[in-house]
Amino acid sequence: MKKVILIKYGELTTKKGNRNLFINTLYQNIKRKLKNYEVNITKEISRMYIEFNENDLELILSKLKNIFGLHTFHVANKVSTNEQDIKNTIINMLKQEKIKTFKVKTKRSDKNFNISSVDFSKMIGSFILNNFKKLKVDVHNPELLLNIEIRQYYSYIYTNSYRGLGGYPVGTLGRGLVMLSGGIDSPVAFYLAAKRGIKLDAVYFESMPYTSLEARNKVINLCKILTNYTDNINLYIIPFTEIQEAIYKYTDNTYAITIMRRMMYRIMEKLVKKMNYQTIINGESIGQVASQTLTSLLVVNEVTNFPIIRPLACLDKLEIINISKKIGTYETSILPYEDCCTIFVPKHPVINPKLTKSKIMEEKFDYEKMINQAIEKLIIVKVNSEKIKNELL
Amino acid sequence: MIYLDYSATTPVNKEVLDTFFKVSNNYIGNPNSIHKLGVESKKLMDEATEQIANLFNILPDEVIYTSSGSESNNLAIKGICHSYPSRSKHIITTKMEHSSILETVNYMKENGYKVNYLNILENGLIDLEHLKKLLKEKPLIVTIALVNSEVGIKQPIEEIGNIIREISQTTIFHVDGTNAVGKIKINLKNIDLFSCSGHKFYGLKGIGLLIKKKHINLTPLIHGGKSTTVYRSGTPALGLIVSIAKSLRLVITNLDNQYDYVLNLNRYLIMLLNKIPEVFVNSNSYCIPHIVNISIPLIKPETIIHALEEEDIYITTQTACSKGDASLTLVAMHKSLPISETSLRISLSHLTTEKEIITFVKKLKNILNKLILKKGE
Repeated sequence: MKKVILIKYGELTTKKGNRNLFINTLYQNIKRKLKNYEVNITKEISRMYIEFNENDLELILSKLKNIFGLHTFHVANKVSTNEQDIKNTIINMLKQEKIKTFKVKTKRSDKNFNISSVDFSKMIGSFILNNFKKLKVDVHNPELLLNIEIRQYYSYIYTNSYRGLGGYPVGTLGRGLVMLSGGIDSPVAFYLAAKRGIKLDAVYFESMPYTSLEARNKVINLCKILTNYTDNINLYIIPFTEIQEAIYKYTDNTYAITIMRRMMYRIMEKLVKKMNYQTIINGESIGQVASQTLTSLLVVNEVTNFPIIRPLACLDKLEIINISKKIGTYETSILPYEDCCTIFVPKHPVINPKLTKSKIMEEKFDYEKMINQAIEKLIIVKVNSEKIKNELL
Repeated sequence: MIYLDYSATTPVNKEVLDTFFKVSNNYIGNPNSIHKLGVESKKLMDEATEQIANLFNILPDEVIYTSSGSESNNLAIKGICHSYPSRSKHIITTKMEHSSILETVNYMKENGYKVNYLNILENGLIDLEHLKKLLKEKPLIVTIALVNSEVGIKQPIEEIGNIIREISQTTIFHVDGTNAVGKIKINLKNIDLFSCSGHKFYGLKGIGLLIKKKHINLTPLIHGGKSTTVYRSGTPALGLIVSIAKSLRLVITNLDNQYDYVLNLNRYLIMLLNKIPEVFVNSNSYCIPHIVNISIPLIKPETIIHALEEEDIYITTQTACSKGDASLTLVAMHKSLPISETSLRISLSHLTTEKEIITFVKKLKNILNKLILKKGE
């Protein structure tokens, strides 16, 4: 009797033509996340199996819980597909259980196996009743659900079930660039977009000296947390001070945020085109702040026709906070460092900005040149999940 | 030189000293300054705290830096008493504790607290039935050393923690782990507060830790705003903080190998000591192998220590912190007065060699022969 982890895929079973791409990507993603463990992963069209070292089980399960594209996974006993072996294994498994009621559920993918799933369940059920006199069958609410998956050579028997994150394997649906501020929302937007299988990198607009190194480290730390769910992340840090100072100097104060967002979108468009990303993602949520009213979005979005995905558009703040706590970014997000969105904030930013008015204000300074300079001076920080070992420690 | 007093203090690991030197030299910023130098120092400090938290399997917020094990013990007991003045005024401890516990508890006694000392069985373990009985009074604190510093008795802390949780949920459990960290595996589950000190595990003198679980409140001894935590003010001693994180990592990652090595040395030493008729070995199978406590009833312990010192061999009597008189620990273990008054502690380390053990025993025998002959004259 050998233990393996049996993985059931998420939504990808619906993808007919692309199925191999999905499975191969998921396979690579799992392999990368488990590279520090001695595992043997095999992939099939509807299941993946991981052989593992018993000591690492807990850690491996905790890694699998953070990988997109897994529907459920189970620690199963692997036996050769024959009735006697299956029965022996079940006896061994049930000996360790302290339960009163059970149900057997069989799934037979090997149609050459000569008993139907229903009949096999019945047979095993009565076999268990004969061997364990105190047990009873309860088909509606069993304390223990004994799953038997019969495949051509091997069968898998399990009683446990771990819920995966669902979604698509990261990397199967192209590349995107997330605007990451350091607040609560943008890391959640990142997470939700990654769940749709997009391989993501991030952009942080920095306004030194108005913002601090601590604010930058905070964004790096957020990226580090997010690498739990994806691969390594490239963080592009855009020096944004000069543009912000110009906005402050030349524009009507109430329009500062509107113009700032327009500048950010202009920079984003140039970046995604230059580096071959297919979408821009941000944490805007309708109505949350003045710059996120529908009229504001209309004016801000006017600078680009590049697709912008706003995963949080229709979530309220509490829903966003709940996700942020679940994914582990909340505690870092609420650290109190100024970011570029919170400095120069006017007391009463305009709620319904006018496009013509915005355009007139922008004409007062040569933003095109400043934008190009900012992109030229960008810094790339490669964030990976590996802990960099500090020799001092 | 043959140093056999590792439980008093350990020589600093060269790598740890190197870290202290580099950090002191290269990170001049105060971690609480908001400029770049401060931020760099803060980042390093946070990494060190996180490493300590990971090694103890606790949260970074649960680490408090102090100056020593004694300060940690003081902070734990006084801090709890001041934080929970109306919960109970009752402290439970043992007579086998370090003086920084016994004296602090005495101080609280002078301030109106009731103190009970747990009965000790002959084998040195706490009488758990006595504990259960006392817990019914819902005391505020139970404070017990995981490893006794004189004899090396290791108390069943996990079991004691479970008993406390079961009988009195309002009781706060403090464990003095000063002589345990780096020597044995430690599980902080069911422990509310835990003290230790860097210099006992090849770190530098001048830094200790108090682990305080999140749900516990603590009134600081030293006020003055946030340093690394609000529980202990003073500019963070970054060099010491990083060095204790390093020494902790080094001892914990090498613990299994070093434990087995010391265990073998211990067996060898006890085998040799048992062959000397004048020597009584007080340590038993409940002791960690790093500490071997013996008594030589015929001769004053100071005489032996100084005689050995002339041979460049260093052991100690009782603990360095409580010279003279009978050993409270041995008295608590129901040992006779001649035994309790003449105890000597030999403490071993992974740095000790078999050759050193042989030389020590040989020299000890010579000394005994000489002194006993003189006595006979």
